Amino acid sequence: MWTWFHKLSSPKWFYQISGRWLPWIACAAVLFLTAGLIMALAYAPADYQQGNSFRIMYIHVPSAILAQSCYMMMAVAGGIVLIWRIKLAEMALKCIAPFGASITFLALVTGGIWGYPTWGTWWVWDARGTSMLILLFLYFGVIALQSAISTASGAARAGSLLALVGLVNIPIIKYSVEWWNTLHQPATFKLTEKPSMPVEMWSPLLVMVIAFYLVFGVVLILRLRNEILEREHKTNWVRKLIETPIESSTTSVEKTSATKRGA
Amino acid sequence: MYFDSFEAFLAMGKHAAYVWSAYGLGLLILSLNVILPMLNKRKVVAKQQARLRREHNKKRATSQ
Repeated sequence: MWTWFHKLSSPKWFYQISGRWLPWIACAAVLFLTAGLIMALAYAPADYQQGNSFRIMYIHVPSAILAQSCYMMMAVAGGIVLIWRIKLAEMALKCIAPFGASITFLALVTGGIWGYPTWGTWWVWDARGTSMLILLFLYFGVIALQSAISTASGAARAGSLLALVGLVNIPIIKYSVEWWNTLHQPATFKLTEKPSMPVEMWSPLLVMVIAFYLVFGVVLILRLRNEILEREHKTNWVRKLIETPIESSTTSVEKTSATKRGA
Repeated sequence: MYFDSFEAFLAMGKHAAYVWSAYGLGLLILSLNVILPMLNKRKVVAKQQARLRREHNKKRATSQ
């Protein structure tokens, strides 16, 4: 099991295997996103109270779910950094943070856009909104630490600590709608219960959630591959990858990894 | 299909501005997240190639 763990955490192995996965995940992401958008915008029936503004849910809910699970993944990477000092986890921590911040921002803004026609206000200091705003600042903190500390591993360890401490915010976000009786409504979906909406209304949401996760997968792989090239530039395999046909940079890298795969 | 006409689809009841801005921003943020690292890859590779070339030149200079 340990050799497997070691192999999995080797940047070289990840670079090669992710190159093979990337086109498939990207295709699936485009497919799910297109299907989800069509279902959400054109096929789902309008809400009897909110009209068509409820369609914002299909952006708002997936981004809010992903914002939180990105954070949890970042904290797990942080834990691995602190315990085992695995380089790939350091890179993952750094690569997840910007995506997580942008998707948290999306959840907050779409919440405002949806809130205005529904509640008559863009923003209130309600428990759910405020704890999501704290999540955004936690992401900013991790990003800032990455650029403030000069050594990559030092930055990763500081970021890991912050990510792990900030983890307390996740259950606060989840239960905020139950603990404090403020504006935001409780979750519409629970894993343990049958959804209360008709299937034409919740199926686009399911497709959109999967689409958002797939896009996250694509972004994480793209960022990790850059990070690996940068941090492993002294190793022989990266040198060889970079060296060969110098004229067109991106295609040459793809080609060499393709020939390596064939070999 | 829920809407009767394309105009009705664009109008989204009375909520066109809200719905379309939320979806627009969503797509913008997702696509930026994909495009930026793709552009960055070119920069990373170019930087490493420049570094390799420098090393190579240095080696040649010292061996001469």
